[in-house]
Amino acid sequence: MKRIVYREWLIEPERYWGLLAILGGVIAIGGLAALYMEHHGHWVTGMSNSVVWGTPHIFAVFLIIAASGALNVASIGTVFNRTVYKPLGRLSGLLAAALLVGGLLVLVLDLGRPERLIVALTTYNFSSIFSWNIFLYTGFLALVIGYLWTMADRKGQPFNRPIGMFAFLWRLALTTGTGSIFGFLVGRQAYDTAILAPMFVVMSFAYGLAVYMLVLIYSCTADGRPIGPLILRRLKNLLALFIAGILYFTLVYHLTKLYGAKYDAFEHFLLLGGGTYTLVFWLGWIVLGSLAPLGILYHPELSKDRDWVSAACGLIIFGGLAAMYVIIIGSQAYPLEMFPGHRVLEFGAAGDVGGRVASYAPSIPELLLGLGGTAVALFITAVGIRVLQFLPESLADRDVDPHIAAKSA
Amino acid sequence: MKQDHDTIDQGRRALLGAAAVGAAATVGFSSTIVSAEGRKTPVTAEHRWGMLIDTSKCADGCTACVDACELENGLNLQERPHGLSQQKWDDQRSTWIRKVRLQDNLSGQITQLPLMCQHCEKPPCVDVCPTGASFKRADGIVMVDRHICIGCRYCMMACPYKARSFIHEPVEHKFTRAPRGKGCVESCNLCAHRLDHGENNTACAEACAQTGHQAITFGDLNHANGKLRQALKATKNRQIREDLKLNTGVRYAGL
Repeated sequence: MKRIVYREWLIEPERYWGLLAILGGVIAIGGLAALYMEHHGHWVTGMSNSVVWGTPHIFAVFLIIAASGALNVASIGTVFNRTVYKPLGRLSGLLAAALLVGGLLVLVLDLGRPERLIVALTTYNFSSIFSWNIFLYTGFLALVIGYLWTMADRKGQPFNRPIGMFAFLWRLALTTGTGSIFGFLVGRQAYDTAILAPMFVVMSFAYGLAVYMLVLIYSCTADGRPIGPLILRRLKNLLALFIAGILYFTLVYHLTKLYGAKYDAFEHFLLLGGGTYTLVFWLGWIVLGSLAPLGILYHPELSKDRDWVSAACGLIIFGGLAAMYVIIIGSQAYPLEMFPGHRVLEFGAAGDVGGRVASYAPSIPELLLGLGGTAVALFITAVGIRVLQFLPESLADRDVDPHIAAKSA
Repeated sequence: MKQDHDTIDQGRRALLGAAAVGAAATVGFSSTIVSAEGRKTPVTAEHRWGMLIDTSKCADGCTACVDACELENGLNLQERPHGLSQQKWDDQRSTWIRKVRLQDNLSGQITQLPLMCQHCEKPPCVDVCPTGASFKRADGIVMVDRHICIGCRYCMMACPYKARSFIHEPVEHKFTRAPRGKGCVESCNLCAHRLDHGENNTACAEACAQTGHQAITFGDLNHANGKLRQALKATKNRQIREDLKLNTGVRYAGL
């Protein structure tokens, strides 16, 4: 097997700068949207006292869990010692850090008082999973940077495996922590279950890998680097397995809720009578976001086609955002059940929602902030692979698999 | 020239004089404020403030408690932002106490009750707050430290009673006793400013008594012979979401 050579991203300058200009434009618009919401207050958004977390949280949580998932590719190479995955490690680390920065930016800019971030960084309440997450997120960033150093610098090589192992365990803790943000909310019918933590871990595997594969396929195709069928097959099989994992956890989550009689009404709402939420659950999360990509990824012919695999990745990302929409918004829209055996006739003023489903329509600034965060992640990735040696020169089978290399030699 | 200088000097003197008077007035005023300040000693666990709400006495159509809370805490000063629909404003404006009307699914019986922060002994909002802004005082009052609230709204996600409100819009008018600001979360604090000034009743309980309904009994849960404990002893009562075992400070009879 040849030594893996990494090269900067060599697309034409016009194309590179054009891409940066587009991403920069989206970031600027996202920044302006955040400024607009901060200046006027959250009344300009679709959020209310019933639906307190809106579209920015959909993007933020998605990006954060995708970040830890993106690091998996590197972990498979380092922790599980799969040689084929080793050339993919550097991009995996970069993308993980970039996605996390993008997600955290969205989260912070959606705070009611974003200028008080320093308070959050200096005043802790350790009974709050949010406080723990601050350490998990910043620690993750530091670990990934260290991990990248062990991959890129000869001096760091001896530390590669221990740091890689530690980073893998850390990312599991991080996604468990993110899932627990919801799982620990005992007062809400949709949450209050420990299964959300492992479910978020599996979701992160899938969404992170889908984002990773899209970035890999796009960046390699753009400057003519070969991706062999072996790598593509391995990655797409792994992706399909993760999607099946999400479906399994989704099934268990709903079966658990259905089993407990007190959650009947909530399950009925989400699975049958919830209007938009039911539609997004079945069509977005299950059909388009899980079953359709599974069909593509296991199709004997389509799964060999890079464009079809890319389409499957795109669908999975769409399905991920749909899942976040259902988990975050749908669960808040469903009323808090405080009075079993009673119907709530009035709950304060006419529009003050209680006892019935709250309405939420995402506002444009919220959407722009979310897209801005996504653009930040892609901007960091684009600049990273352009100026540093993150991408392997070739991912052709003979260059990544020692067995094939030995046969062809 | 000399005359000019004199004129200027006189002007300066007048200015300095005015400044001195102003400073003296400020000192005098602030000493008035200081003397008007309430509590000088830390809150202790000697008291645990709470309430019993007798739903059978809560009258249909009466909103005295809600109105009193709004007046007491300056919530009536909230202004609907221009261009915002009334419907959405109803769900965005701060509401510390709301009147809830329920119908029993079997009997069809109607029940009314005021719903506010339940001042849990183990408050989920305090557990989840990342900065500790959401806290419980030693006397059982659950409230928000507005200096360190970052507006993450996690406490609102955690509260099983929808008791908390996020300030969605810029605040133009507010009271010193109930400071409020855009981007922070707030909720009923059992009129902590009143208690800290030596009073022993909340605005809502007082208003309810004034209407003659006497549906709200406010008092000290720790005081065995106090009116609240006596009322709790005399009337069968329960907590909302008793299954969560939060040991709320607000109890309901007839629910």
